Amino acid sequence: MFDLTGMTALVTGASGGIGSAITTALAGQGARLAVSGSNVAKLDAFLAGLPGEGHVAVACDLSDAAAVDALVPRALEALGGRLDILVNNAGVTRDNLAMRMKDEEWSTVLSVNLEAAFRLIRAAAKPMMKQRFGRVVSITSIVGTTGNPGQANYAASKAGLTGMSKALAQELASRNITVNCVAPGFIASAMTDALPDAQKAALTGRIPAGKLGAGDDIGAAVVYLASREAGYVTGQTLHVNGGMAMI
Amino acid sequence: MSDTAERVKKIVVEHLGVEAEKVTEEASFIDDLGADSLDIVELVMAFEEEFGVEIPDDAAEKIGTVKDAITYIDSNKA
Repeated sequence: MFDLTGMTALVTGASGGIGSAITTALAGQGARLAVSGSNVAKLDAFLAGLPGEGHVAVACDLSDAAAVDALVPRALEALGGRLDILVNNAGVTRDNLAMRMKDEEWSTVLSVNLEAAFRLIRAAAKPMMKQRFGRVVSITSIVGTTGNPGQANYAASKAGLTGMSKALAQELASRNITVNCVAPGFIASAMTDALPDAQKAALTGRIPAGKLGAGDDIGAAVVYLASREAGYVTGQTLHVNGGMAMI
Repeated sequence: MSDTAERVKKIVVEHLGVEAEKVTEEASFIDDLGADSLDIVELVMAFEEEFGVEIPDDAAEKIGTVKDAITYIDSNKA
């Protein structure tokens, strides 16, 4: 089950905490990957440690529309002309209370988290339609559903991804292309490790599972939605949050 | 049959998976050849690629039959 042998994938933001777990999980199931990020030297080093062979790193600044439009064609070329899976994982935060939020903080988050994802799906739909097969998975967030003070921009971008994915799921379903989201709750990262113990305890107190999630929990959810077996699942969000919110 | 017509018909046969005999110049993509809106988008993109023309949305909307496509391409290709 969930074997991805012979499939190719493009993953954005692959060197981050959740991104590296997703990449490792996809490669572990046999997929060949093109990974994008801003730091190619870092990506190359990361790729060397992945299972399987033939993975490639492609530099891309996701706030640059022209570079984003070129990313799918470049990945296709590097992967030999086939693209089965697109994972929109890259995301940024510019947290601030709305009354203090700068235009630039709003637009950067919307442009990287939402607009870049749209551009990538639009470009990826072309080869996927020809193949009559495709899997698009976008990483959203629990805050896209629940909201979070200080994250009006981030919550809007993630809710936007969810709505966009539902529209695209309907447009592309007849071509055997599914479009889904994975919504992480609180996932352990360098950032959460640095929190004071009292704050960590307050955080886990809100999670029925009693602990933060791991990157691998997200990787496994992405593998499922990317697999051939998930072909009848589209327009959905898989919430991976230890029971923190049940939607 | 013109070179354009032959190439257009070949693309239509390949993309829609219909028999070549059905692809007459009068055939409507939607009514006669069973295309849906997504098929039309795919066909337009395939024509653009094959002939190096750009077919804007307002022109694409007017392409209903095989002949419409051939005529548009013949009068717009470089």
